[in-house]
Amino acid sequence: MLRVNGEDYEIFTDSWKTLERVLRDDLGLTGVKEGCNTGNCGVCTVLIDGKAVKSCLVLASQVQGKDILTIEGLSKHGLHPLQQAFIDYFAIQCGFCTPGMVLAAKALLDENPNPTEEEVKLGLSGNLCRCTGYVKIVEAILAAAEMMRKEV
Amino acid sequence: MVRFELLEPKNLSEACSLLAEHKEKAKIVAGGQGLLPLLKHRQLKPKYLINIKNLPGLEYIDDGRSGLRIGALTTNRAIEISSLIKQRHPMLAELERMVGDVQTRNWGTLAGNLCAASPTSDPAPALIALGATLRSVSMRGEREVPLEDFFVEYLKTALEPDEIVAEIQIPDPPPYTGGAYHKERVRMTDSPIASVAAVISLDGSDTVAMARIVLQAVCPTPVRAREAESFIVGKKVDDKFIDEVAVLAEKAACPISDIYGSAEYKREMVRVVTKQVVTEAIKRARAA
Repeated sequence: MLRVNGEDYEIFTDSWKTLERVLRDDLGLTGVKEGCNTGNCGVCTVLIDGKAVKSCLVLASQVQGKDILTIEGLSKHGLHPLQQAFIDYFAIQCGFCTPGMVLAAKALLDENPNPTEEEVKLGLSGNLCRCTGYVKIVEAILAAAEMMRKEV
Repeated sequence: MVRFELLEPKNLSEACSLLAEHKEKAKIVAGGQGLLPLLKHRQLKPKYLINIKNLPGLEYIDDGRSGLRIGALTTNRAIEISSLIKQRHPMLAELERMVGDVQTRNWGTLAGNLCAASPTSDPAPALIALGATLRSVSMRGEREVPLEDFFVEYLKTALEPDEIVAEIQIPDPPPYTGGAYHKERVRMTDSPIASVAAVISLDGSDTVAMARIVLQAVCPTPVRAREAESFIVGKKVDDKFIDEVAVLAEKAACPISDIYGSAEYKREMVRVVTKQVVTEAIKRARAA
């Protein structure tokens, strides 16, 4: 039984299936990307009980009863401020790293709503981007953080 | 990905029983941050994985009578942000920020990091310098292994095939103790060129009472630079002895040339990093 984006799903799958495979293949949540498949690139990042984890290095059976958030869950009721900021600040080129980046950023801001630039970079050290050079991504996250602080 | 059967024990005792039954055909999986990549590369092909990730009662950082006790399922992230660890062993809290990345630390355990026995592990040399021990359990009973005896050879620990690590113990440091760790690498998540951990205790008159200097990434296992250690024990702190300490520490290193650096460069880095961490450890010991 997996709880994903607020809904419960009963999944029957093989014991060696990772969470990333189950989210993509069994639940059709293809916002969860498979990049390196060995935990080095971070595009498979999801949130498990609010914490950023690389889903390609998690066995699906290990997360029963935990709350899993994918990028699809973030925009259930319109774009999240982070997603809007990524658009506004041109932090997306090919978009492949974006779901993982946005979720890693969300986990960072949920824990630290007022990060320094250095703290943002540290928080993203598990997410690679081959296109943007990271500058716009960091700008977008700092801008979103400011907006989210104002909303509270 | 290797095909395996996943076994789900309800407690540590059941896990030990399953491990005793299947021995080398089974592997324990907790966070799996080290194990799963090996399975995906087909470098290990266990028939069974024994899932202990959700076993109750193994995730804790307890303050005992003579030191800290850390449960086997405590994540690296929990150690990184623990105020108890920051206060008691600041070197450990700082170094945990370097372990993998945020995601790896959120799911992977400290015990798992040690059991993987990678020569690039950051906690391993620091915990050896802190005099840590491991408690392991099996159907045959329990035993305690000093961490400095735990790393037997490259990627191999002293664990028997039927044993599971249950707890890590870090003794409280004596007064006037300071520790420092540095990992020399190019990019933040690169493997190290050389890493050194140093824990130094002073007596009341600025004399070195105890020194543990542990090298990492320059030998198949972490290694104590014992000649460097005995050189300063009993000596009054002196800026001039640091160069000799560094030269002696380098003698304990046996680096190979690889993409992270030539053996000669790594040796030089052992000297540089040793000077840096021993100086910092002494500074912290004086301030303690």
